Amino acid sequence: MANAWTVATMVAVIAGVVGFFVVLRAAAFPAHAIPNGAFAGAAAANVLGLNPLAGLTACALLAAVGIGTLGRRGRHDVATALALVMMLAAGAVFLGLSQEYEPAIYSLLFGEVLGVSSNELLPVAGLALLCLGAVAALYRPLLLSSVADQLGEARGVQPYQLDVAFLVILALATAMTVPVVGALLIFSLMIGPPAAARAFTGRPPVAILLSVAIALVTVWSAIALSYLSNWPTGFFVGVTSAVSYATGRAWTRWSRPGARCSSMG
Amino acid sequence: MSASESAPILEVENLSVSLSGRRVLDQVSFSVGTGEFTGLIGTNGAGKTTLLRAVLGMQVHDSGVIHLLGRPRSKRNHLIGYVPQKINLDPDMPMRARDLVGLGLDGHRLGVPLRTRSRNAAVEASLAAVGAESFGDARVGQLSGGEQQRILIAHAIISRPRLLLLDEPLANLDLHSGQEIVGLLAAIATEQKVAVLLSAHEINPLLPVMDRVVYLANGRAASGTTEEVIKTEVLSALYGHHVDVISVHGRILVVAGHEGLDHLTMSHDEVPG
Amino acid sequence: MGFGLRWLIEPGFWSSSPVRVALVIGGCSAVVSAVVGVFTVLRGQSFAGHALTDVSTAGGSGALLLGAGPIVGFVGLGIVGAGVMDAIGVRRLRGRDLATGVVLGASIGLAALFLYLDSTSRATTGATQQILFGSIFSIQSSTAPVVVGLGLAALVLVGVLYRPLLLSTVGPEMAVARGVPERLVGVFFTVAMALAVGLSSLTIGAILSTALLIGPAAAAVRLTSRIGWSLLLASGLGLAACWIGVLLAYDSYDWNASHRSLPVSFFIVALIFSFYLASGPAARLRARSDGRRAQPPPTQVSAPGPALNPSPGG
Repeated sequence: MANAWTVATMVAVIAGVVGFFVVLRAAAFPAHAIPNGAFAGAAAANVLGLNPLAGLTACALLAAVGIGTLGRRGRHDVATALALVMMLAAGAVFLGLSQEYEPAIYSLLFGEVLGVSSNELLPVAGLALLCLGAVAALYRPLLLSSVADQLGEARGVQPYQLDVAFLVILALATAMTVPVVGALLIFSLMIGPPAAARAFTGRPPVAILLSVAIALVTVWSAIALSYLSNWPTGFFVGVTSAVSYATGRAWTRWSRPGARCSSMG
Repeated sequence: MSASESAPILEVENLSVSLSGRRVLDQVSFSVGTGEFTGLIGTNGAGKTTLLRAVLGMQVHDSGVIHLLGRPRSKRNHLIGYVPQKINLDPDMPMRARDLVGLGLDGHRLGVPLRTRSRNAAVEASLAAVGAESFGDARVGQLSGGEQQRILIAHAIISRPRLLLLDEPLANLDLHSGQEIVGLLAAIATEQKVAVLLSAHEINPLLPVMDRVVYLANGRAASGTTEEVIKTEVLSALYGHHVDVISVHGRILVVAGHEGLDHLTMSHDEVPG
Repeated sequence: MGFGLRWLIEPGFWSSSPVRVALVIGGCSAVVSAVVGVFTVLRGQSFAGHALTDVSTAGGSGALLLGAGPIVGFVGLGIVGAGVMDAIGVRRLRGRDLATGVVLGASIGLAALFLYLDSTSRATTGATQQILFGSIFSIQSSTAPVVVGLGLAALVLVGVLYRPLLLSTVGPEMAVARGVPERLVGVFFTVAMALAVGLSSLTIGAILSTALLIGPAAAAVRLTSRIGWSLLLASGLGLAACWIGVLLAYDSYDWNASHRSLPVSFFIVALIFSFYLASGPAARLRARSDGRRAQPPPTQVSAPGPALNPSPGG
């Protein structure tokens, strides 16, 4: 149980920080697709007898670069959708080849936070640090190009390279979080809390902290509720995220009913 | 409205650019002197944006040279500030106007910005230079078009560039806001000794402040003072058919003559919503 | 020759009743998905289309819990989800990504719960697999008429909406100017999307149905610029992927000694993905051989017309 709390806390911090940029850059679809790609990796590692975390990381990175490359030539959303289903289908085949079908799919897709063992803690912490470091390094270019690609480009920031770099960060964040909350639900955690946070503040650093705080509350309460009810963690994460998004929307509407007024910051 | 005798900050010589096989700019040459206000005039699709992008190094060119302060333009250039064409911003985006201005200073650098006193002072100074102190704390996405334009200008000038490029900054503004922006730019050009190259499809709003004009049509350019360029012979040669330049009460009309007076059309000031 | 054909099509393929049902249902959902998909791709609503698949995952697993057929849940909750997404502003370009994502996340949460309850409260095994990845060979033949009926309904809906839909896809403002009830068109289109997704959920499973919706359409849109052709081409590609996929899955039973066939959905998705990948180079080849005729005409400046806009004045 202590392991679950530790890992869940790390997951929430990463999801809150990376999610802020996901929402800022309107990258919800890739954020949904990459974890599903990672699902295939975990399934493949399962069949080949490799370390699941290594499989997850490799496949998440593959999905990130794939989406970046395919999206450069064609429509970004189409490329994302197709990369997503291709990885999922491959994952299904790998799971079909291995012996443990049903529970394995379920826990990879929907998470199994209560089953984290202590020797998984160290690699997850390593990935978390790597992820935070990368976000800190790219903080300013990411902010600038999310306003408009041209602004960054005029200052020598290549939009394509930055895009791929961001997808890679997303992949790292995914790899560490999938075993905990599942491929499908890390996405909720990356969307709900930051979307709610930005309703309350116009300052980027404050919004990031708030987003982390909401993600922490979401994860902790989901684990507690799941422990008590025996229902899946993912259900509580999904619902809490939707509720926090709705709260943010309501606050926006209530606090500025007119066209515009200055932010709270 | 006379060209100043200063050394050119920007020199473009025989610049040719093709986009997907089509020649958009053909042997374009002109120069911009220090502190000069230059209008880049042409229709939609005349190649104004392409020309600005080429100067910024965001667009590869087929041939020709671009010199900044007498040297070939390097890849990343802090001598140039850039205000892109109207951008659509999410009103909910958690970013204040002052955050965007601050990113003009160091948005390309790695790492998290430190709130030093000098950085804050630079942001304040830039906001003041564009008269945006009152809405510096508002979210950028919630500002009006004119206010966003001011913030983007503050973003562009905070790094103290020598040349300021603006892509159609007046296109989405009403007449009054447009005049304010033009006045503001003229003041910035003199106070900060920065050259301004501004693209527009309307020449008249720029007449009071413009030192030189670069007129783009059919991928070719004519440049010089307003009197040198906006003449019947020069523009007719540029367009490849006869046009008349008429001056009425200090305003300029460029009129396309086509098969006689019956088809004569005058364009007029548009006041977009 | 005869040997090759026999090798390709295993004996018993045509006489097997599950195969025939699979071909009918698969073909029907492939065509509907392809037609709806062309508009989905052109409108840039791939993410919304994909979110509907997750909504129908929740629907399918919920229906199973209540003992109803998955199709009821797939289609029913899909339509509800379409309504919710429209209500919270999925249509607006700004923030629609987020609204879609939230609906998606919430329905995944529901699906997680339903599937969990499915596996604990009832003795059904394989619910997760069946809902998520489809089980086209185990569909009862009585479902086929329902599928064909719903498929026809979706096609009729698109047919009726065809022109306003096209106009509002190209330019929402133009559609509004012409008096098209743009919002209503959007809602009905989302319903058509939900129908298409529900049907293909039966074929290749809920979370993979995006493939049938987006893949053939995206490839077709790359290959031709004419909307009529792209509808036909997309349907053709979808049908091909579906039927070849069914055939390969049937054949794969004999591929390994353990006689465990690979899932149909894998083959269909893999085929669609390769069609999409191939469409890029194919389109570039075509563009090259067509020369530059397809290029947009040069700037209007040179056009000898009476209006010479750049100018100023007045």
